[in-house]
Amino acid sequence: MLAYIGRRALLAIFTVWAISVLSFAIIQLPPGDYVTSYVAQMASMGSVVTDEEAQNLRIQYGLGQPIYVQYLKWMRLIAQGNFGTSMEWRRPVTEVIGDRLWLTVVVSVAALFLTWVLALPIGIYSAVRQYSVGDYVATFVGFIGLAVPNFLLALVLLYLGFVLFNAHIGGLFSVEFQDAPWSAARVWDLLKHLPIPALILGLAGTAQQIRIMRANLLDELRKPYVVTARSKGLPELTVILKYPVRVALNPFASTIGYTLPYIVSGSIIVSIVLGLPTVGPLLLKALIAQDMFLAGTIVLLLGVMTVIGTLVSDILLVWIDPRIRLEDT
Amino acid sequence: MAKPEVGLNPTSAPVHGPGAAAATEQRIFVASQWQLMWWRFRKHKVAVASAFVVIGFYLAVLGADFLAYADPNASEAQRSLMPPQRVYWFDGGRFGPYVHAFKGARDPQTFKRVYRADPSEKIPIRFFAEGFEYRFLGLIPMTRHLIGVDGGRDAAKTIFLLGTDVQGRDLWSRLMYGTRISLIIGLVGVTMSLALGVVLGGFSGFYGGSADTLIQRVIEILRSIPTIPLWMGLAAALPRDWSVLQIYFAITIIISLLGWTELARVVRGRFLALREEDFVVSARLVGCSQMRTIFVHMVPSFMSHIIAATTLALPAMIVSETSLSFLGLGLRPPAISWGVLLQQAQNVQTVAISPWLMLPAVPVIIAVMAFNFLGDGLRDAADPYGR
Repeated sequence: MLAYIGRRALLAIFTVWAISVLSFAIIQLPPGDYVTSYVAQMASMGSVVTDEEAQNLRIQYGLGQPIYVQYLKWMRLIAQGNFGTSMEWRRPVTEVIGDRLWLTVVVSVAALFLTWVLALPIGIYSAVRQYSVGDYVATFVGFIGLAVPNFLLALVLLYLGFVLFNAHIGGLFSVEFQDAPWSAARVWDLLKHLPIPALILGLAGTAQQIRIMRANLLDELRKPYVVTARSKGLPELTVILKYPVRVALNPFASTIGYTLPYIVSGSIIVSIVLGLPTVGPLLLKALIAQDMFLAGTIVLLLGVMTVIGTLVSDILLVWIDPRIRLEDT
Repeated sequence: MAKPEVGLNPTSAPVHGPGAAAATEQRIFVASQWQLMWWRFRKHKVAVASAFVVIGFYLAVLGADFLAYADPNASEAQRSLMPPQRVYWFDGGRFGPYVHAFKGARDPQTFKRVYRADPSEKIPIRFFAEGFEYRFLGLIPMTRHLIGVDGGRDAAKTIFLLGTDVQGRDLWSRLMYGTRISLIIGLVGVTMSLALGVVLGGFSGFYGGSADTLIQRVIEILRSIPTIPLWMGLAAALPRDWSVLQIYFAITIIISLLGWTELARVVRGRFLALREEDFVVSARLVGCSQMRTIFVHMVPSFMSHIIAATTLALPAMIVSETSLSFLGLGLRPPAISWGVLLQQAQNVQTVAISPWLMLPAVPVIIAVMAFNFLGDGLRDAADPYGR
């Protein structure tokens, strides 16, 4: 088991490294360097950056040196908690991102949680009552969930909310809590706003999970041990929940790792449509303004968060599934 | 009696009775693999219907300019944001579709342009009418379109089946051109992913060992990265002065670079399963070259799986392009794609005033569903042990 977790952790470290290289590439790709665009930006705002200042900035970021040296310098700055300065906001990147990163995590975790809470019972129901009306409805809703890109779903819900209830369903906070400091009331306000984005984000995943759960459970239900349990006179609910569901749960659990990157991806686009204060809209604005340090940092942090989440889910999986534990010992 | 090796249920064939069942089994024994697949696929009604939808979409790709009736880039401020026109199919009891002319005026209070249908003025819709010039299939110069109005290009009164956008461009015609680009991007993207997936997945599965480990790790890493932020970053880093065509290819490459992992996984799985099969071992033993073993003996036996996996990968490509363009980071005007069209529906105010701008979402959803059902049907049909 330790060997398995160790291997996973090693892979996670490699992944983080790959993500850091990719984010660095994103920062480097546009023509010109950070300082040229910074100087241009300042000039357009009417303030002048002296050559000396520009030179100092170049030295700070090690621009003009070979790419790998620049990459190492960037890494060293990050290790010190300095992600660079946002050109657009003229403030340190960490300050600009602020709470947004955590709100992204909250929205993604809520979506993941909702996926499970919905998919598990619906999947079990669909398998136990195969070809019933409920099964068909679940399958149909599932296909819609898979087929409709989540940003379109968000758009349609926004429109319906506007037309039918004349309400704005976007956002994560009510107006009075928008810039308020954290308090119990603000957390409660957040919780009240969370279900709609979580549902939009989680629907595609839920659809997929329902199908996986249904297929796994159908396979298990046909096995002789289920018949044995039933013939011993166990109540039907115990028969299903105690044995086949537990077996069917394992392949189901192993999909968390792949669901998380998908949900984080989706949260970026959905946040832009719904106007959620996550890193999504910030990333889009940064990319359009070519504010590359901000954009690169967001991509890096999102990637790292996802990898950590995936690693945690992998470890959880080993914990529930004894077969994986045994395989590698 | 030996059961047929294939999973085709003999009772599902149209003939019944014990003698007929034996005849059916006989038929199954001699059928080729593709025939078996076709029989199984045919039973999947939804998949067959989806196949027709997909064929319809690609016919629209080929004939986009024939189906459009207006130049997709012709804009006019005088007809900005016109709502869709209602089509009246019968004129005085006879079949003769027409629409009422719209009169535009500015609301003195809100300064919004409002349009009123004028029942006294009918604009008949003509089939195979003259319109703007184009080259059918890029080759044959033509001016005929499926529908149109009298007077051809210079007609003072034209039709707007799905309304117009802010710049007064006809939405139906733009939708046809958008369909063409979006579906072609999906196809090209999936072809590139397929090439990458087959080469890397095949390499991984056929040789195994450290190459396999390396490729599998790369796939795992790619799969644990959230793709959309990465795509956004790469797409935004494309130089601003690139032409529409360059952007188009760059976007396709970006999408397929991260999309090949699933296909590689499928191919590797098939290679691993087949590597130890008797027919592959004997092919090797009689001295077939490696290329021959792979392409003559192994590939045909999992071709069908690859086709199914490819069909299932297509909708993801289409959605990716649509998402990127929707955000303004993918294709940029004057290119037209579903995503570019949906970009106009980005904020709820616009959508509330002119809901028809959301119409391009409909083909996106239909196409994604059709490809999913078709892929599901193909995958079930390709699996000889399926139920």
